[in-house]
Amino acid sequence: MASRTVQLEIKRQASPDAPAVWEKFELEWRPGMNVISAMMEIAANPVTAEGRETTPISYDSNCLEEICGSCAMRINGKARMACSALIDNLEQPIRIEPLSKFPLVRDLQVDRSVLFKNLMAVKAWVPVDGTYDLGSGPRVFPQQQEVSYPLSNCISCTCCMEVCPQFNEETGFVGAATIAQVKLFNNHPTGKVLKEERLRALAGDGGIQECGFAQNCVEVCPKQIPLTNAISDVGRDVLVQKVKDFLRG
Amino acid sequence: MAGPRIIVVGGGLAGLAAVIKIAEAGGNVDLFSIVPVKRSHSVCAQGGINAAKNLKGEGDTTAQHFDDTIYGGDFLANQTPVKAMCEMAPAIIDLLDRMGVPFNRTPEGLLDFRRFGGTLYHRTAFAGATTGQQLLYALDEQARRYESEGKVRKYEGWEFLSAILDEKGVARGITAMDLRSMELRAFPADAIILATGGIGAIFGKSTNSVACTGSAQSALYQQGAYYANGEFIQVHPTCIPGEDKLRLMSESARGEGGRVWVPRTAGDKRPVKQIPESERFYFLEEWYPKYGNLVPRDVATRAIHKVVYEHGLGIDGQPMVYLDVTHIDHETLNRKLEGILEIYEKFVGDDPREVPMKIFPGMHYTMGGLWVDFNLMTSIPGIFAAGECEYQHHGANRLGANSLVSCMFDGFNAGPNAMRYAKSAAATEGDGGAAAELQRQTEINKKLLSSSGTENPFKLWRELGHTMTEHATVIRYNQGLKQADEKIVELLDRYKNVNLSDKSQWANTSFAFTRQLYNMLELSRTVVQGAILRDESRGAHYKPDFPDRNDEKFLKTTKASFTGAPEGPRFEFEDVDTQYIKPRPRRYDAAK
Repeated sequence: MASRTVQLEIKRQASPDAPAVWEKFELEWRPGMNVISAMMEIAANPVTAEGRETTPISYDSNCLEEICGSCAMRINGKARMACSALIDNLEQPIRIEPLSKFPLVRDLQVDRSVLFKNLMAVKAWVPVDGTYDLGSGPRVFPQQQEVSYPLSNCISCTCCMEVCPQFNEETGFVGAATIAQVKLFNNHPTGKVLKEERLRALAGDGGIQECGFAQNCVEVCPKQIPLTNAISDVGRDVLVQKVKDFLRG
Repeated sequence: MAGPRIIVVGGGLAGLAAVIKIAEAGGNVDLFSIVPVKRSHSVCAQGGINAAKNLKGEGDTTAQHFDDTIYGGDFLANQTPVKAMCEMAPAIIDLLDRMGVPFNRTPEGLLDFRRFGGTLYHRTAFAGATTGQQLLYALDEQARRYESEGKVRKYEGWEFLSAILDEKGVARGITAMDLRSMELRAFPADAIILATGGIGAIFGKSTNSVACTGSAQSALYQQGAYYANGEFIQVHPTCIPGEDKLRLMSESARGEGGRVWVPRTAGDKRPVKQIPESERFYFLEEWYPKYGNLVPRDVATRAIHKVVYEHGLGIDGQPMVYLDVTHIDHETLNRKLEGILEIYEKFVGDDPREVPMKIFPGMHYTMGGLWVDFNLMTSIPGIFAAGECEYQHHGANRLGANSLVSCMFDGFNAGPNAMRYAKSAAATEGDGGAAAELQRQTEINKKLLSSSGTENPFKLWRELGHTMTEHATVIRYNQGLKQADEKIVELLDRYKNVNLSDKSQWANTSFAFTRQLYNMLELSRTVVQGAILRDESRGAHYKPDFPDRNDEKFLKTTKASFTGAPEGPRFEFEDVDTQYIKPRPRRYDAAK
């Protein structure tokens, strides 16, 4: 009896300028497999379904627990983390492609550093006086912690940006992840001293008004972050800030 | 005048803590990391961070934290740095709180604390069950703030290859490889801090992240740095076995009341929820009535092994036991443990709120590491080590929630210490040896690229992982350890015949991995041979043939140095600093 197998089709591209090709793989099925363990299998035996020798797949990964945010890719057309994409839950052949909205590096690796640049632009940090012992932090009630904690769970996977119709070179939209971080830091007792600067950073081109309310972001977020709520809250604050700035001249 | 230039390798908690301290003190930092720093392995720490803040009216003190840590580590840790760490811990929590870490709160708005293994106090501050993630992000944000001011330059996607040493053996910089362009480059520095984490990959599957290969530590060890207590490897009692890795199920599940059990009858076929209380064997609670499910990790791990392999009571005859939180109300579970319960749900498919989790021990933490003095400097002048890659704080067994505090403590000390060193170091003569070291690294790459053998590096790695897990984890026998060493020697030999199926010079991840693999092989011999020499049982190191701790012979730090000879490392032993707490027998079946 033939053993059960897993069929994969992976989009390969040796470099940003090289042509893209699809390669097929057929692996022996094992319980509990996920897309990363399948690619580890390919690395140990880099041969296509047709029996042709090839190279191991290049992809980003690190924690394999869906907390580091590294292994985002398109699996059967859906942007998601590869480590938590269990083979048994996927229709075969499983089609795997890199995220499409970011500069390609190789195979499934893309360059998502734009998110870190955006976080810098909105000053996504609490401006503490220094790291010396200055006593305890501000009092935070559990009700408030329960609002900030989910926002602080963002793993920077960029899935929300990948699926956003407005996230493209034309608009220069910062994307939902960055806006949610603005809400997080604007609500922090100390972080809010930079509130106005953050709102102004989101007021111009590529800012929050680019959002078209497609709501794809909140659906795809692997951490179920209330992204659309964050966008409406921050959007309102940006508007108020604009009015204030206008009246101040 | 420009401040000193310091290189920090590794952007996890310890590395970022050092970066922030250096930038704050006016130094310039070049930060090297294989992955974008926000994706470092520190994100995986779940349960919390220890500090004796005594906010629960239990009379907890830093002295008690110090004693628990030394006792939990079976007296192998040098006491001076551990004492300093425990004393600094409350201020570290305050600082993290000020940086905006969303710690769980009490109704009054104060920090909440939970219990963890190896202590009877509520000493662990936590942010849900993703504390490491939250801490790392807070530091990442502060580092980004300094980056925006031009004080920190990040080299993300660059891998450390070696130190640049001058004629006197003093470090003058590093060589690193761009993992995209594969370019090799020398970077000068006045001081260097290594904060490169644990060595989980040596065991094949572990709870560690993919980047935790120990390659950097090994490279430095091969350049002459001492590697200390390599044989001390923590196997975490509660992991979810997986195809690609062992996923951690945090000790906080037990800290919040989770119970470990197996059916009393082998092969009990009833659905788990139908097994009545009286027919469940809560073996940790029976064997260790005082600490119960919160015995230290080495004790819990051995107990699970015993119940599975000696009593034959693994679930369905498999090497698995139940970790049960179904008796805890859903609201509490979601508020305090949601992060880890989601991991179980996502990767196993069952809801742990309804069905007990099935877990088994897995390799988790590296207590040993680069030898450092009390200023965190390695035996190579100018190179410091911080966090899991050094050996200093956890002795023979680390207590849960002490790793995050040791990372913070180390980074906060290594940073200023490196600055002090850099300011007083003699100027570099010539290029400090940079050209020669770059040449040596170029040769290694050339040789690897021209290799036309038949051995697949990923298969060699799997073989290493199997042998290390079989012989050098929970239970160790000298015969098995010797077999493991022979196997490593065989793998080193086969490595010469390695086949790089990908020889391209662009984002070649298997090329980078193959370089790491060599370093993993060399370093694994310090683990195995260190274990052979230590004929006693202490903390995580357990030999049934030598079941007792032997302070007379082995209350010593193991120091391995690289020889390049076929026999492997050379070993020497150093006395442990026990000036504050006199070693006493370690037992958890009664109050200590």
